[in-house]
Amino acid sequence: MRPSPSMGEQDKMTPQTASSAPDAQKPQTLPGAEVLMRALDEQGVEVIFGYPGGAVLPIYDALFKQNRIRHVLVRHEQAAVHAAEAYARSTGKVGVVLVTSGPGATNAVTGLLDALMDSIPLVCLSGQVPSSLIGNDAFQEADTTGITRPVTKYNYLVRRPEDLAPAVHEAFTIARSGRPGPVLIDLPKNITVGDAPYVEASQTPMRVAKGTAEPDRDAVKRAVAAMKKARRPLFYTGGGVINAGPKACENLRKLVKLTGFPITSTLMGFGAYPGSDKQYLGMLGMHGMYEANLATHGCDVLIALGSRFDDRVTGRVDAFSPDSFKIHADIDASQINKIIPVDQPIVGDAGRIIEMMIEEWEKEPVYAHQADLAAWWEQIEAWRALDCLRFSQDQAPDAVIKPQQAIQRIYELARETGRDTYVSTEVGQHQMWAAQFFRFDDPNRWLTSGGLGTMGYGLPAAVGAQIAHPEALVLDIAGEASTLMNIQELGTIAQYRLPVKLFIINNHYMGMVRQWQELLHGSRYSESYSDALPDFVKLAESFHAKGLRATRMEELDDTIRAALEHDGPVVVDLCVTEGENCFPMIPSGAAHNEMILGPDQEERGAKVTREGMMLV
Amino acid sequence: MQQEAPGSAVISLLVDNESGALARIVGLFSGRGYNIRSLTVAPVDEHGKQSRVNIVTTGTPADIRQIKAQVERLVPVSRVADLTADGPHVAREMAMIKVVSSGEPRTEALRIAQAFRARAVDTTASSFVFELTGSTDKLDSFIELMRPLGLVEVSRTGVAAICRGPQTIQSL
Repeated sequence: MRPSPSMGEQDKMTPQTASSAPDAQKPQTLPGAEVLMRALDEQGVEVIFGYPGGAVLPIYDALFKQNRIRHVLVRHEQAAVHAAEAYARSTGKVGVVLVTSGPGATNAVTGLLDALMDSIPLVCLSGQVPSSLIGNDAFQEADTTGITRPVTKYNYLVRRPEDLAPAVHEAFTIARSGRPGPVLIDLPKNITVGDAPYVEASQTPMRVAKGTAEPDRDAVKRAVAAMKKARRPLFYTGGGVINAGPKACENLRKLVKLTGFPITSTLMGFGAYPGSDKQYLGMLGMHGMYEANLATHGCDVLIALGSRFDDRVTGRVDAFSPDSFKIHADIDASQINKIIPVDQPIVGDAGRIIEMMIEEWEKEPVYAHQADLAAWWEQIEAWRALDCLRFSQDQAPDAVIKPQQAIQRIYELARETGRDTYVSTEVGQHQMWAAQFFRFDDPNRWLTSGGLGTMGYGLPAAVGAQIAHPEALVLDIAGEASTLMNIQELGTIAQYRLPVKLFIINNHYMGMVRQWQELLHGSRYSESYSDALPDFVKLAESFHAKGLRATRMEELDDTIRAALEHDGPVVVDLCVTEGENCFPMIPSGAAHNEMILGPDQEERGAKVTREGMMLV
Repeated sequence: MQQEAPGSAVISLLVDNESGALARIVGLFSGRGYNIRSLTVAPVDEHGKQSRVNIVTTGTPADIRQIKAQVERLVPVSRVADLTADGPHVAREMAMIKVVSSGEPRTEALRIAQAFRARAVDTTASSFVFELTGSTDKLDSFIELMRPLGLVEVSRTGVAAICRGPQTIQSL
């Protein structure tokens, strides 16, 4: 990415139109679609995920005539957005999407909101009917800026040719600055067909998103002073650290080592700190680790870095980490005190704040409470010794495979390959098991829909990751229900020969729905059975992929190995036990120290209050 | 969590005068369940590039801080001030109040209007339109007094507000 030189300095200026610039040499004029290509190229765009249609024909024509930007044809616009999200998440670049007007744009809405919730930088270009027809209920017309306003960080309807190039440049700046997010540019067909002046990014005054200012040094000092006084400290880090970049992740490791404190991560923060390190307690929250949740509950100083106290993390808000001094570093000031009142807020980039914390800690490296910290670790180790992910798998060759066993073996066997591995997931039980069993030593490797919980995210995300990293091993850990929501992407996978490995943890249920129905609704499994499923092996074959199936324990490892070794796309139907529930869990409306560890404790779930039921 | 008492607050914004800016602000309020009691908006700079939006909203001090932080995130919003929290301010609105009556109630309406320094901007044999400027409370009490005297229609602008003294929304 080439950040615009005007970024930061020209904070909050209204974009000036090229035509109003006095005398300066007259900018070059080109057809709008070509201006768009040039602006994308200047912004460093290498790949666009899209789907053509009437309103974007001029843009597709301009794409055809150049060879610097690659277009990946998806099979549904929602998938284009998820693919671009994964591309962005796994590379640190801005993902780019191109969709047509009307249904093209409305199909992209879910993906845009997904990116907004998970702070993924995207630019979505949507076609629009010609300006003269806007408001006339024209064919494939939609009020795209109106529909996407609440699901984007910002959006544009380009009304004048001279606004085109500046809008593109500013869109990229807004998408990646501050808390990253999706930006949409709606492009009426007359704008892309007609001539427009080209303006370089350096000539475009731009607004940037909030949160780019230097963090307050005094706030960091007070935070570090509190950390020095801590006897039972805990780092609680999230996706903000990953968004802050690889250097932020490196510095996080340094800070955690320097202090010797334990660290837990949100679902979005995996890999910011090495998952295999002993100071790492795993994920916290609803299906988080026992040790992570009890540490959160019992800590006396909680250091939240780039995490936002999501309701899946906090459980019952008034019982969340009740005795701790809370430090909250976030780039987005609106996250501070939103859910949990904190004692020491710091607004700014997590990477910069971590750097400053290291500086402040090293100014006086003495930490007086080593003995207390050691006792705290002893307590944590006792919690850890409970081995909360324990499950009992019948090892007989013809035994039915448990979903936990399947996911654990995929993890272990993928690790044995020694290959750089990217993992996407769909949404549900399999996602939580994957979050529990997979451990990441590097950032940007874990691709999941956290905030929005979008079923159907994983397969297109695997497409985006594999396009970005052609040599890497890309896995989608899926459920049979979720994956059917975007199964058409097997077509994209076939077209581009993407060696994606789709592992379907097939329990014939929308597992998480079934689990909640069991716990809260008297096991009345209303509409959660996956009836009339396709034969996934034949389905794979019809999409030119390899199809494999394992139904018994003796087939599990060989099937996974065969999938990992195959040099091409594979769909693996892993038929697992139907009734397994995901543990540990904090029943909704409960506190972190009221976790259910396994099926023996399940009856406790029946005590969930009506208030808790609403929080599911 | 200790709950502070809910109250009303005047939030003033400076926004880029671009298409959709108001929808962004209003959509944020409705989408996040915040209340808008009144809303005024008009361009305020010499080139018409910036508009000032005044919003009267309600909530606990924590709610208001959250509203402010949320509004601040919007790209076209360049300045946000919670005038109620940031120091003394003047908040005024204008109303036009139509009263249709005759005889004693009509005389009484005119007498009260004079006491409130309301101006009759339209007068017919059976009706008055009074124009009244002042604080929301003052307008409320005038309208209450007019109710039994033939009040038939009210049109109010909503609150325009500005801080007292040399301070500006930019310098807050």
